Amino acid sequence: MPEVKILDEVCKGCGLCCDDVCPVDILILAPDRINSSGYHPAMITDMEKCKACGFCYMVCPEPAIEVYK
Amino acid sequence: MKKIFSRPEGLTDTLMRYCPGCGHGIVHRIVGELLIELDIRERTVGIAPVGCSVFADEYFNCDMIQPPHGRGPAVSAGIKRARPECIVFSYQGDGDLASIGTAEIIHAAARNENITVVFINNAIFGMTGGQMAPTTLPGMKSTTSQKGRDVRKQGYPMKVCEMLASLDGPYYLERCAVDTVKNVIKTKKALKMAFQNQLDDKGFCLIEVLSMCPTGWGQTPVQAKKWIGEVMSAYYPLGVYRDRSKEAK
Amino acid sequence: MAEKKLMYGNHAIVEGVIAAGCRFFAGYPITPQNEIPESMSVRMVDEGGVFIQTESEIAAINMLFGAAAAGKRAMTSSSSPGISLMQEGISYIAGADIPVLVVNIVRGGPGLGNIAPAQSDYYQSTRGGGHGDYFTITLAPNSAQDLYEFPKLAFELAEKYRNPALILADGLLGQMMEAVEFSFEPIDPKSLPEKEWALCGCKGRERRVVRSYDLKQGRLEELNLRRAEKYTTIRKDEQRFKDEYCDDADLVVIAYGTSSRIASAAVRMARQKGLKVGLLRPITLWPFPTDVLADMSKRIENFLVVEMSCGQMIDDVKLATECRSNIHFHGRPGGGVPIPSEILEKIEAVLGGAR
Repeated sequence: MPEVKILDEVCKGCGLCCDDVCPVDILILAPDRINSSGYHPAMITDMEKCKACGFCYMVCPEPAIEVYK
Repeated sequence: MKKIFSRPEGLTDTLMRYCPGCGHGIVHRIVGELLIELDIRERTVGIAPVGCSVFADEYFNCDMIQPPHGRGPAVSAGIKRARPECIVFSYQGDGDLASIGTAEIIHAAARNENITVVFINNAIFGMTGGQMAPTTLPGMKSTTSQKGRDVRKQGYPMKVCEMLASLDGPYYLERCAVDTVKNVIKTKKALKMAFQNQLDDKGFCLIEVLSMCPTGWGQTPVQAKKWIGEVMSAYYPLGVYRDRSKEAK
Repeated sequence: MAEKKLMYGNHAIVEGVIAAGCRFFAGYPITPQNEIPESMSVRMVDEGGVFIQTESEIAAINMLFGAAAAGKRAMTSSSSPGISLMQEGISYIAGADIPVLVVNIVRGGPGLGNIAPAQSDYYQSTRGGGHGDYFTITLAPNSAQDLYEFPKLAFELAEKYRNPALILADGLLGQMMEAVEFSFEPIDPKSLPEKEWALCGCKGRERRVVRSYDLKQGRLEELNLRRAEKYTTIRKDEQRFKDEYCDDADLVVIAYGTSSRIASAAVRMARQKGLKVGLLRPITLWPFPTDVLADMSKRIENFLVVEMSCGQMIDDVKLATECRSNIHFHGRPGGGVPIPSEILEKIEAVLGGAR
């Protein structure tokens, strides 16, 4: 089963991966959590739906996303 | 479980200090991947510009040089001619390439220097705080065009691909964008071709990338990527402006 | 004896540069140095080197930056207005500790000036020239033979100290024909050692970065202080000069380059008249031969500085002699070239009845 890891401390919470990128729409910015730089990092809402397409990684400027399959 | 997407070895471990949602990081990641995929990291010399991406010399995991503002193409030519076995890329923003370095880029293209140019067009001076760039759109607000760029007083934007395409010299010119997944994939394809052409000794290749500057534009990252699709790429049409491999056929 | 050939000064530079193992030239046409790129366009290519006629002097100096950062001996030549344009690049090159050779065939200025020989770029050459705390090693030839030999010396000094080096000549030296003896064995570029800082791809080693900037707190200060130590060493170890008839002199004429040749004739005329006059010819303008002058000023009462300018080197003479002697001046700016008799007149005026 695919897995997506968000590197919380690398993520700047830009939200590019959360807007119209994920085909199964499982990325949001964590509403109740901030990293040490003060950003709300991205998070996965339902890992089971992930298809490991890597689109979130491709639009991530840091990149703060790792995709496993 | 196998890692299929992660920070490429073509980038150093240094975390990039660009603003949230800045397009530079996406293009850095693509170049970093290509250094590995084309197996050229150990023979590459990269050129960092002056501007936000001046720090590119800390981010690309290859030999790097940081020359004066706009002079990247001249420095690239010097390195490439002195060491033809090296792969040389010049990474430049729009202030660097289309303003202060206009002469250097035009003549490097006219001489068909066998180098790869990565040109980030975000229509603004980012590093210095959002001033008008040669690529700032008509009517677009910046800190030095606060009522919007008045073309009667501040002139019209520079369309770099179109301008260079008027020369016989360049081998390959393409304008891409990093606003959508599809366009990011296209950008990588174009950059791969630009490096491959250098490996094949074809000559001057420039890939222009329309890139988000949410801070400079006063937009959220999501607004910024949408603005590229809706406004910026209407003024700067995406596409191939020169492909001499096709002309030869 | 080594082969001798009658040649233009500008052509002597070209042969000297090639004999020094340099295979990279980038430059832009400007009078009175055009014989250099013209000859380079043939000779460099013959020798398997790189010749690029650039779009500007700005591009030329930056191509040197690239080629030299890649570890190759690289040179450009220009004349005063072109050298002004190069100052940005020279500052970056100095700030990145990269050795290059820049030849300035000086012409009259400021501005477009004229194309006559001049020495009015002394300040620019010896005070860094561009922005920031740096100096460029500056050699002043006064013959076609020097023009053949100095490129090798300039590259050696530039590489030893990882610093840009200049050769400061003028249109008179460049366009004059003289016998040149090919006095040293030409260097095979392949025999030059690889530099441990050169950019050439990071195979089998850590990646390298060449840059002049550092934003980390205190780091640039540290780098500048380290560079200042380098400059102190150069000042101590690399002062070069030639002197004639100075041992018993009442007056010593100080002149470099073209004016030192003319001053030499004036000094011999003075000697024929029984005047005890000597000549000190600085060969390195930076580092300036301060030590010998400081020493001379303890016994010599009068110095006469002769320059083809309104007086620039005279400042260094004053600094070196620390008010112990009288410093006189004869200058011909804007492309004027002194003749021996006018220098002699000045010598006689200074010495007055002192004979």
